Order: sequence, then structure tokens, then C-alpha cells
Amino acid sequence: MANKLNLTLKVWRQDNAADGGRFETYPARGIDEDMSFLEMLDVVNEELIEDGKEPIAFDSDCREGICGTCSLVINGIPHGGRKGTTACQLHMRNFKDGQTISIEPWRARAFPVIRDLIVDRSAFDRIIQVGGFVSVRTGGTPDANSMPISKEVSDKAMDAAQCIGCGACVAACKNGSAMLFVAAKVSHLNLLPQGKPEKTRRAERMVWKMDEEGFGGCSVTGSCEAVCPKEISLDFIAKLNRDFALSVFK
Amino acid sequence: MKLITGIFQSTLGRKYIMAVSGAALVFFVVGHLMGNLQIFLGREVINAYGEFLHSVPELLWGARIGLLAMVGLHIWSAVSLSNDNKAARPIAYENWNPTAASYASRTMLMSGLIIATFIIYHLLHYTLQVPGINFTGQDFGTFEELRAGHDPRHDVYRMMVVGFSQPLVALFYICAIGLLCLHLSHGVSAAFQSLGLKSKTWAPILDKGAKVFAIVVFVGYASIPTAVLLGLGKEVMK
Repeated sequence: MANKLNLTLKVWRQDNAADGGRFETYPARGIDEDMSFLEMLDVVNEELIEDGKEPIAFDSDCREGICGTCSLVINGIPHGGRKGTTACQLHMRNFKDGQTISIEPWRARAFPVIRDLIVDRSAFDRIIQVGGFVSVRTGGTPDANSMPISKEVSDKAMDAAQCIGCGACVAACKNGSAMLFVAAKVSHLNLLPQGKPEKTRRAERMVWKMDEEGFGGCSVTGSCEAVCPKEISLDFIAKLNRDFALSVFK
Repeated sequence: MKLITGIFQSTLGRKYIMAVSGAALVFFVVGHLMGNLQIFLGREVINAYGEFLHSVPELLWGARIGLLAMVGLHIWSAVSLSNDNKAARPIAYENWNPTAASYASRTMLMSGLIIATFIIYHLLHYTLQVPGINFTGQDFGTFEELRAGHDPRHDVYRMMVVGFSQPLVALFYICAIGLLCLHLSHGVSAAFQSLGLKSKTWAPILDKGAKVFAIVVFVGYASIPTAVLLGLGKEVMK
């Protein structure tokens, strides 16, 4: 029999983008410690609906940590602070009975709040649209080993490709910087033979778009790497700094 | 054109400027420390070093102008990036946990601006030797070392001893060096990252190295006012 938790939630409520927003406090009673954080919110929302109140709006999709849709700042940390874990995979056993939990949306100029805890992350899509692709047709799945790629390189590209574009890096950065996201997206293509021909152009375009969208600069605090549910390394930011420098001096 | 806009307008480019100017200033900090520590080798040695630095005015002024340009670029890039960074988060978090971000990394602008204020005082104190701000009632510009068979030369040794014998000035100096140490503990390794010269293999070495370097700089610089307060150079005090 799983333990039950009684919690207090301090949740950011905002009717729409124009509304100023405010915190509201809700009790979360009888929460099963094996529930995920989002399931806990579902329970609270059921109660709100029964009381004739507006449920808390929050983003979620796959609920298995691979889609990057959930976006909650829990107790001041995007995704709640458990290493390599998205909010949907964060279980209530990580909290203590009687605890007050604050829940806020991602905070960044480039991620305006749409409603409550939902933010508009289409700025990321626009960054991808300027360079997060390979321009030429590369055909179907190639025969194994027809294009030799060393294990080190393919591992590194795969590490970068793990980015699910959730935006926790932006939410955690004191500067609201999207460097880790852009670095991961640039690197995973720039490392591989199919992406190499457009290497500098990709870095150049995506960096300029990132700046244009209103994200801040990198201060190398390391917060992004610490909260990233896919544990994307700061190494990729160093690589982006190199690739962009190449584009500038080219 | 792409070079200019890429470096002066993009966030990454301005970080290159900050890193390169910072690196130049770090070299100065080391060189200046090497020079200053010669106070422990005696009056003769450090006065000769001072005389040597002033022997070729063209080189001296070239170095000074170069340093000022580096300071200017460093401050400009810091302020301009900081404005962009603040604008990128218009609404602050109510409950905020600066995960993994060191105190030094979060306070770079503030530590930098206080160090800049100290540098202005320090230049007025020992370079321009404005008598009113050394709080000793003496004019450092008149300190001369008289030597038989040679022209008199500026007595750097006595200037440092008299200057640091004023406890408040020494304390301000040590506090400023403490902030410089904090600034360098983050800045030195962050510069490598901004220039794309950091990797997972090197990161622990660079991060720890920056902290060790910062402490060495602190101990080196702070040793001089501390030694003076403990009695170094008492013989030249009048």
C-alpha cells in the first residue's frame, strides 16, 4: 500500500497572455506517492472541476519523458530538480508529506505565457526552421557501414540529438539563454557527414535567429546542463562557439 | 562586414570580445603581480623595476592605451550583454533556485563594476599619485631615492609602504582583490568555454585551475599590504 501525501500547491494562474497573473493556493489531498507530478495535477484538477472552478492549464503529451511538452518550474527548478528527469517522470515519492510546492511556468521573454502554466515555445520551431535540417535529399536508410562514422562521433551526435526541445535550459538560465538547445541542435547535424557541408551556415543562421527571438547570452553558469532532462553537455555550447566563430571568420 | 556584425552584435561575438579582453587583462594581472612582489626583494630592486618600466615612454603608453582599450571592451561587452540578458527574463520567478550556478557566476557584473571602481581609485592613488586621496598627508610624487653617482629616481618602495600603512586603504585594496579573486574563479574557465576551447575532458581541470589561480592571485596581491601593516619597510616611514 503506497503512502498518501497531503500537499499544498502554490500555482501560477493567468487567464491569457494579456492578464497579469497571480499565485493561487490549492490543497492536494490523499496523493499517492507512486503518482507522477502530472497525475497529481490531474487529481487536483478533477477536484477543481467538481467545485465548479477552472482547472489548472498545463502542457503534457507523451508523459514518458521523450516528447518535451511538459514545462513546469517546480520549487524554483525546471522539471523539479531530479537528475535527467522530466516533470512527467517525476514521482510524488520525491516530495514530503505536508510540503508546499510552488509551480510556475517557464519564464522568458521568448516564451510568453499563453495560460496558467502553458508557454508558447514556437520560438524554438523558428530557430529550427532557419537551419535545423539537412538541405539535400539524403535518401532512405543507408546500408550499414556504407558511410563510415567513428563510434566517438556517432555517440556524440546521438548525445546532442537527445534534446527534446522542452526549453528547461532557457527556463533555468538566469539570462533566459537558449544556447544549450541551439548548441544541441546545431551539433547533432554538424557532427555527421550529412550535416557537415552546411556546418557554418547552420551555426550562423541559428545563432542569429536565437538572438532575434530575444533569448539572452550564455554566462556559463551551468544551470542549463544541470536541469536538462536529457543531460545535454555544456561541451556542445563550446562547439557552437567554435562553429559560429568559423562562420564569422569565413 | 559579417565579421564586424558577427563579433560586435551577436551574443556569441560579444562573449568572444569579453573572453579575449578578459584574457589580456588576466595577463596584466599576472605581470603586475610579478612586478609588485619585487617589493619583497628590497627597495633597490623594485625602484629599479619602476625606473625600467618608465624608461621607454612610447612602450609604456602603448601598453597603457592597449590596457585601457581592453578594459573598455570588457566593460562594454559586459554591460551590453547584461542588458540583453535582463530583457530576456522580464518576469522573475517568485521562487528561484539557481541550480548549479556558482555565486561567482551569478555576480560577475557586480564584482566587475566594483573592481572597476577600485581600479579608478588605484590609478589615482599610485599612478597619478593624487595626494588628497591617499589619506597619509604625504605627496607620493615627491618621493625620491637619492643615490650617489646617479640621478635620483622615483621611490616606488616608499610609496607602496606609505600608501599601505593607511589601514583603511589597505583594507579596501584587500577587499577589491578578494572580489577580483571571485571574478577570476569563474571568468578564467568561462573564457575558455566562450572561445570554444573547453571540453568535458578539460572542464574539471579548467574549473579547478581557475579557482586555484584566483586564490594564488589573491594571496600574492594581499601579501603586500598585509606585510606592510605587519611592519615591512618601517625604516622608510617618516
